[in-house]
Amino acid sequence: MDFFDQLFTNPGITRALPEEFAATMQMIGISGFFTLLVGLPLGVFLSASAPDGLRPMPLTNKVISGVVVNITRSIPFAILMVSLIPLARLLTGTSIGPVAASVSLSIGAIPFFARLVETSLRDVSSGKIDAALVMGSTRMQVVTKVLLREALPGLIAAFTTTLVTLVGYSAMAGIIGGGGLGRLAYNYGLQRFDTTVMVVVIIIIVLIVQAIQLAGDWAARRVDHRSAATAGSGKRLRRKAAVQVVGS
Amino acid sequence: MITVSDLRKTYQQGSRTITALDGVSLTVPRGSIHGIIGHSGAGKSTLVRCLTLLDRPTSGSVTIDGRELTAVKDSEIRTARRRIGMVFQHANLMDSRTAAQNVAHPLELVKTPKADISSTVARLLDLVGLAGFADAYPSQLSGGQKQRVGIARALASDPDVLLCDEPTSALDPTTTDDILDLIHNLTDTLGLTVLIITHEMNVVKRICDSVSLLEDGRVVEHGRLQDVAAQLDGKLSRALLPLPAHRPGRMPALELLLAGDVASGPVLSDLGRRFDLSINVLAGSVENLADSRFGRLRIEVSELAPVEEMLQYLQSQGVAAKVA
Ligand SMILES: Nc1ncnc2c1ncn2[C@@H]1O[C@H](COP(=O)(O)OP(=O)(O)OP(=O)(O)O)[C@@H](O)[C@H]1O
Ligand SMILES: [Mg+2]
Repeated sequence: MDFFDQLFTNPGITRALPEEFAATMQMIGISGFFTLLVGLPLGVFLSASAPDGLRPMPLTNKVISGVVVNITRSIPFAILMVSLIPLARLLTGTSIGPVAASVSLSIGAIPFFARLVETSLRDVSSGKIDAALVMGSTRMQVVTKVLLREALPGLIAAFTTTLVTLVGYSAMAGIIGGGGLGRLAYNYGLQRFDTTVMVVVIIIIVLIVQAIQLAGDWAARRVDHRSAATAGSGKRLRRKAAVQVVGS
Repeated sequence: MITVSDLRKTYQQGSRTITALDGVSLTVPRGSIHGIIGHSGAGKSTLVRCLTLLDRPTSGSVTIDGRELTAVKDSEIRTARRRIGMVFQHANLMDSRTAAQNVAHPLELVKTPKADISSTVARLLDLVGLAGFADAYPSQLSGGQKQRVGIARALASDPDVLLCDEPTSALDPTTTDDILDLIHNLTDTLGLTVLIITHEMNVVKRICDSVSLLEDGRVVEHGRLQDVAAQLDGKLSRALLPLPAHRPGRMPALELLLAGDVASGPVLSDLGRRFDLSINVLAGSVENLADSRFGRLRIEVSELAPVEEMLQYLQSQGVAAKVA
């Protein structure tokens, strides 16, 4: 049978694929949501509590920073995931399936994302923060109106990178009980030598990553006004202003 | 009115103590422009940070219009700061906000009604000459235009005092003059008290009423522009009226400082006629400062000239002079 016939007859594709695709999306969706929910404030805290930050707390910063670094750098994700199975059971009542896998996915991705958030926020010039403080902003207003807003293009890029990483992690999670495209590729591709399913899964994963990347790039560009070339409707605006100057 | 008295600021760097401000005192009368000039590392930025309480001074006090900022509790700093407008070297605008949104920023912080914000913003942008640029992002503006937005933003909370930290150091000479003139006009129309930090003498010459020279965290000279310029040996006077590089002659040389009316008179020809001498000008610099004329001259006279008598004569004519 040739590859294209298989696409419509292979039960791995016709029956299992839609279900596992949904499971993968569910894992990415749930863990992406919690990563954003926890990682963003954590990143803000890491940047604000740094010795030269908005509210220096050197000791706390060092401790939390250490934990974050160790989770992201020292512990391989596969091992982290296995070690978190009891926690997943505690939180979700089960140790298998996409919802349970989302627990370890989130815990793996949160420190990674928080680090990226911290780096993006650090790129906001201290002059802008000074300007905001001098005009009478509270620290909270500096965070919401200056740091997060000015760093938004970088934050969107950071979240995009995190989601792409989650796609990879979710495939790994699939093998050890999470379900999804990872398990499909493992079951059919590795255990049954079913190349067609393997190839289709790879193509779908590549497409998911591409879609995330394109959407992320598009969104980042939309909110980026840092250079004239990317400043949204900038070209038109500049020409209009120039005409006004000449006319007046 | 701004009063700074005996302001000290030290930084601890490991075991070393760095004294950035070493007892700075100064007074800026209401409605006037005071320049603070000093070399790199003199403590200019530290002074501004202490004035805005971005850094707490180690000791000393800062009083603005009768209210002592340094006595304000941490929780009230924000309200106190709103009476200070601040202009930065690099404007420090938010890139994600349009010109109008940048100017609106201080107003949003105190929950000003939308309609009031938009009318205030329009008025301020008009005031700084950027009426057509409300919707432009900073990346679409020139350096001078960004600085104008920065000035409009500083004025949004209707402050009594404008602090400018090197407002023109990143601009070309023509734009510098435009921005300085704008600050000058605003001072007059809005009755602001302005403190302007700079390392460019040109800024002082163009708009300041008075000036302080900061060296190693200390004010070493200060006064009204016309008073400091009239000091024959003053550092500020030498910077205001610099003598161009010249080759020293072999004859005795005198240095003269002419201030006010005498600077427009025929001082040299009177001197030459009185002592029957020919006078050779080696170098000179003449400026209009604070609406009067100032000149510093280095002249060469014959070896036989009665130098002591000449100095006495010059003194009697109201010209400060000495043997160079
Ligand atoms: N946060 C700090 N920690 C330690 N030392 C500091 C700090 N800030 C300033 N200083 C020191 O204080 C002195 C004055 O610095 P300041 O930045 O006020 O100079 P400046 O006059 O603004 O110079 P420039 O024209 O280069 O901006 C310098 O010796 C500097 O090293
Ligand atoms: Mg400085």
